[in-house]
Amino acid sequence: MNQRTLTVVAVLLLLACALPFLVSNYRTFQFTLVLVYAIALLGLNILTGYNGQISLGHGAFYAIGAYTAAILMDRFGVPYWATLPVAGAVCLAVGFLFGLPALRLEGLYLALATFALGVSMPQLLKYHHFEKWTGGVQGIVITKPDPPFGLPLNPDQWLYYFTLAVMVLMFVLAWNLLRGRVGRAMVAIRDHHIAAEAMGINTAMVKSLTFGVSAFYTGVAGALGAIAIQFVAPDSFNIFLSIVFLVGIAIGGLASIPGAIYGALFIQFVPNIADEISKAAPWAVFGIFMIGFVYVMPLGVNGAIRMLLARLGRKAQNNRSTAGVTRPTINSPEEV
Amino acid sequence: MQPVNETRPRPGCSGPKGLLRVEAVSVHFGGIVALDAVSFSVESGQIAGLIGPNGAGKTTLFNCLSRLYEASEGSIEFDGHSLRETPRHGIAALGIGRTFQNLALFHTMTVFDNILVGRHCRTRSGFLASALSMPSVRREEDAARTRARELVSFLQLDSVADRPVAALPFGTQKRVELGRALAADPKLLLLDEPASGLNHEEVGALGALIREIRDRLALTILLVEHHMSLVMSVSDRVVALNFGRKIAEGTPAEVQRLPEVIQAYLGSAH
Repeated sequence: MNQRTLTVVAVLLLLACALPFLVSNYRTFQFTLVLVYAIALLGLNILTGYNGQISLGHGAFYAIGAYTAAILMDRFGVPYWATLPVAGAVCLAVGFLFGLPALRLEGLYLALATFALGVSMPQLLKYHHFEKWTGGVQGIVITKPDPPFGLPLNPDQWLYYFTLAVMVLMFVLAWNLLRGRVGRAMVAIRDHHIAAEAMGINTAMVKSLTFGVSAFYTGVAGALGAIAIQFVAPDSFNIFLSIVFLVGIAIGGLASIPGAIYGALFIQFVPNIADEISKAAPWAVFGIFMIGFVYVMPLGVNGAIRMLLARLGRKAQNNRSTAGVTRPTINSPEEV
Repeated sequence: MQPVNETRPRPGCSGPKGLLRVEAVSVHFGGIVALDAVSFSVESGQIAGLIGPNGAGKTTLFNCLSRLYEASEGSIEFDGHSLRETPRHGIAALGIGRTFQNLALFHTMTVFDNILVGRHCRTRSGFLASALSMPSVRREEDAARTRARELVSFLQLDSVADRPVAALPFGTQKRVELGRALAADPKLLLLDEPASGLNHEEVGALGALIREIRDRLALTILLVEHHMSLVMSVSDRVVALNFGRKIAEGTPAEVQRLPEVIQAYLGSAH
């Protein structure tokens, strides 16, 4: 990460920290959900964007994370913060195990298998033998945590800061993972899996572990989402959630870390905006937004921003270079 | 650039056993016999050429060496290891690197990152250590980057190192593939038609580059090539295949004179 990117990240973080004091409690709660979705989308983006495995069922991992947190808090009195690593670990294991048989499936067929997972999750959660823990169709109500150490914050503000801290940690871990040996292996498998194997990459292991890591992220997000909303019920985790996640990473920008944040802003706020525009057909308006975004920014918001910055950078360079010096438009490297 | 392994045997020191021994290897695709009991060996430090008309089984043999195809019969031994018992992703770590006939680069990655992926089998950092950016991970990454930079300048790719490979000319992409294979410090380098798609001057330079790689990196090279003058000028030994069978083996001068080889290339006289 260069100096300029570091500065931008620092400024954005400061803004994010100031936010709860600038907007209402309800807006703070909405931004907490943006942070939650950003973690979930980053998880899906690691799998689909970086590793090329399509998942139409990540809502299921979000649900498992949410229920793990809710059950631990409600039935076992576990403090909210301690539920996150457990929710993550449960999803890591489930994701890895799901990833193993999924190795045999490519492209659309993997999408179908994950779709099956996503579509069956609400019914599994309603299964009456699990009702003792899951509360059946009623779901589970949990209480909002109070700020610790007598901090002068209301619960919404505290939860926002708590979620922000978790998100920053998760993003740093993902950035470390993706920029090094493992991240390169993920992308290599996506680009050319035969060549990846010839380079010594154990593609089966990397793909399964990537599935696990992806589910880990989405599971932690699910736990945070449950704590923020204070309620879990089977039908809040229907197949639509999985599709919306996929929309989020496509709009934000595939295979990009900041893209998860842009995508999260989109899936949190655009439905609200659409609802304000037309109460009768909000999803039609949402659809128009979606088409508009992919038409104007085919590489997602992140791709558009990068292109814009590159263009600005070139312009600045052109202004600096002295007139009369012509520069070759195409680099012509000497051939062997 | 320094040789990667000073203790590696120099050409001619490996004894009669050979670094790579292919013994009676057959490959069947359904009823079609792609390779029929082919045997040959490559000595350490040699440049060996594999020639033959289209469909002779050259690439099939290469794909057996990388385990992309399963040999139906026979054994392939490399440096004391049986390749038929090695998983596909374990081949690179044994010391076999390869390039592909029709290029198999990671097209969205930069030249530099492609070469870094080639280093995968010589590095260890796993998921957890990478995510936590442990000191060992950073040391390993620094070392891998240093090695990749050496290869970039050795192959004169400096001016394009940070560009995505997909946009580069064909000849440059072929050099990137070569760099990616060399990044794994192979003992044996398999080159599948390195001259295809190159122009006349490029082919001349390629011959010199292949010899330079062998001499400076002290490795063994097996190449499949259609370009006769290139094969005959760089190879120490040549193996000729036709219809899946070995029809000749020897020095370039010997093989070129054999009537079977001339017939395979020019067709029979009657």
